[in-house]
Amino acid sequence: MKKTGAQILLESLQLEGVDTIFGFPGGSVIGIYDALFNSPIRHILVRHEQAAVHAADGYARSSGRIGVCLVTSGPGATNTVTGIATAYMDSIPVVVLTGQVSTGLIGNDAFQEADIMGITRPCTKHSYLVKDVKELARTIKEAFYIAGTGRPGPVLVDLPKDVIADSAEFNYPESVNMQSYNPTYRGHRGQIQKAFKLILKANRPLIYAGGGVISSNASEELTTFARTLSIPVTATLMGLGCFPGVDDLSLGMLGMHGTYRANMAVTNCDLLIAVGARFDDRVTGKIDGFAPNAKIIHIDIDPTSISKNIRVHIPIVGDAKDVLKKINKLIQEEKEDWKSIRREWLDQILQWKNAYLLAYEQKDVIKPQYVVEKIYEITKGDAIISTEVGQNQMWTAQYYHFTKPRTLLTSGGLGTMGYGFPAAIGAQIAFPEKTVIDIAGDGSIQMNIQELATVAQYNLPVKIAILNNRYLGMVRQWQGLFHNKRYSHTSLEVSPDFVKLAEAYGAVGLRATKPEEVVPTIEKALSISKAVIMDFVVEQEEDVYPMVPVGAPLKEMLLV
Amino acid sequence: MSHTISALVLNQPGVLARVAGLFSGRGFNIESLCVAETLDPSISRMTIVTRGNDQVIEQITKQLNKLVDIIKVVDFFGSEYVDREMMLIKVTSESSSRAEILRITDIFRGKIVDVTPKSYTIEVSGDENKIRAIIDLLKPMGIKEVVRTGKVAISRGSKGI
Repeated sequence: MKKTGAQILLESLQLEGVDTIFGFPGGSVIGIYDALFNSPIRHILVRHEQAAVHAADGYARSSGRIGVCLVTSGPGATNTVTGIATAYMDSIPVVVLTGQVSTGLIGNDAFQEADIMGITRPCTKHSYLVKDVKELARTIKEAFYIAGTGRPGPVLVDLPKDVIADSAEFNYPESVNMQSYNPTYRGHRGQIQKAFKLILKANRPLIYAGGGVISSNASEELTTFARTLSIPVTATLMGLGCFPGVDDLSLGMLGMHGTYRANMAVTNCDLLIAVGARFDDRVTGKIDGFAPNAKIIHIDIDPTSISKNIRVHIPIVGDAKDVLKKINKLIQEEKEDWKSIRREWLDQILQWKNAYLLAYEQKDVIKPQYVVEKIYEITKGDAIISTEVGQNQMWTAQYYHFTKPRTLLTSGGLGTMGYGFPAAIGAQIAFPEKTVIDIAGDGSIQMNIQELATVAQYNLPVKIAILNNRYLGMVRQWQGLFHNKRYSHTSLEVSPDFVKLAEAYGAVGLRATKPEEVVPTIEKALSISKAVIMDFVVEQEEDVYPMVPVGAPLKEMLLV
Repeated sequence: MSHTISALVLNQPGVLARVAGLFSGRGFNIESLCVAETLDPSISRMTIVTRGNDQVIEQITKQLNKLVDIIKVVDFFGSEYVDREMMLIKVTSESSSRAEILRITDIFRGKIVDVTPKSYTIEVSGDENKIRAIIDLLKPMGIKEVVRTGKVAISRGSKGI
């Protein structure tokens, strides 16, 4: 029996295990929406297409499944670009289905036509224009396969209106056979053996763990590896949660706003074991000053990440989980007293830790760090936290001690303001019973504030904690430090009354202006089964420290 | 250093754009590019000549390999290979120079493919040095136009890539 393109699409999605998609309808996808009307797939109607991609991304990051969104052609498609670029930079598996004008009109500057394949080519892992309904099922199969395997990433499928309306026999392929795409999962034995020898010999080893540990679900293996050999672990922003943040071996985040001990450990280690991390400039600071005395082992599934920014001594291309498993097997044989072997190195790290603890002074005005710390204490680290971008993001990374993978959703690579709230929506859809909190700034929350309508429509109890300093705080901080306090256009003199705004959308608004109101506000918000905005009126000119100025080596931290 | 890279790619729309975008997005330059079908019409072969230090070339080949539509990438640098390019060159001819042009064409094993009372069009193929040499020799006669295909390359020996 023949089926329409729209039916084939939806049934293919179901066969991929998709139960929820995020989207926004329009003329060219009206046929798909018609089929959705009585499909078991749940559709979440967002209020802006950018939010559809972020929500699918948040769904993917929190659950480990592939996020899916559906938008119309032209402006619907172009509105997804920031979301796609965000997912691409952080290697998040998302399938973006865009409508397209009918094949006969492509290239004619038709109404709501945009060359979305061309526009997104540099920020997608791969993309398809489906020109024949007979190709549709295979394309969807490949799109999911490519998005979710190897180094994950967004895949875009452009669907012309006539292809969706056309019919064909529906046969969903059981497997994918692509001669041109075969990611390497298994690490090379010889390389692993070499790495293992280096690890045994090292006096001051350090693990530098990134988002790849989380995408490969290798937290357990990493934790075993670190604990067995007593090797301290520092994580990138994307890696937070891959190793328990409260473990004695955890040094917290490294890099520009990393902890003193993490950055000092990187600078002084003699072996750096990078797992699923890509030596981003915000992590390394000045390249020459990054791990200057260390041999470097780099485990990554993406060969292009290896020796891109920094020369490594032992590259291992493969899945973090597979490689760590193999290394763990080798270390089982080595029955040494690693704790005492490492004592000197761990003592040194403890000294660094005590020399400069992350700290702030809570006086009469609410400190943003205090809010984050209290959210951590009250949720016992058990919530899913998303962030926007800027100071709110860095304070969250510093003061919320992530202990489990997939509990922090943050735009690390692209640094997208407006990411956190829709991402929280995606996570709440994936985990209806969990506490999901977006820790936001008053600037970035306004970039996707329209999604308050979405949470109202679907009764999603997402919580938003605004660290409201009436500034675009991170840029203001830089202006303060490097531009003589010339606060050029970073003061948000006019913002909405966030409490009233919440109420206008049918959510609950709470405000805290004094330190003693912080805890009751959080507790109250968490007790309400609706969306809540918490407006924390915080110290206006609080800065994020430590800070490594751009272009400086990691050891040169501003510590004030 | 100049590197000659061969890539087997799926013969599909958009592949060239992906390759070109990979170079332009990273500020790498393509010196020449030649694409055509292989024996298998579903696969094309690209020969790309590019320049860069070892790290740049390593990134280029890795990034090419990463593209979903690319099947195989080989950098010929440091290996035994043959490369050729073809050129069509239109030269002004006057009665005094006609014999000389024919002689030069003959020396370079070129072919006259078009002739008018005032010009010759010559087809010649060879490696870079040969192409440069014939251009230099014909320059004094007056070159009106030059079209070059860019390099194609193949490894020496019995094995394919």
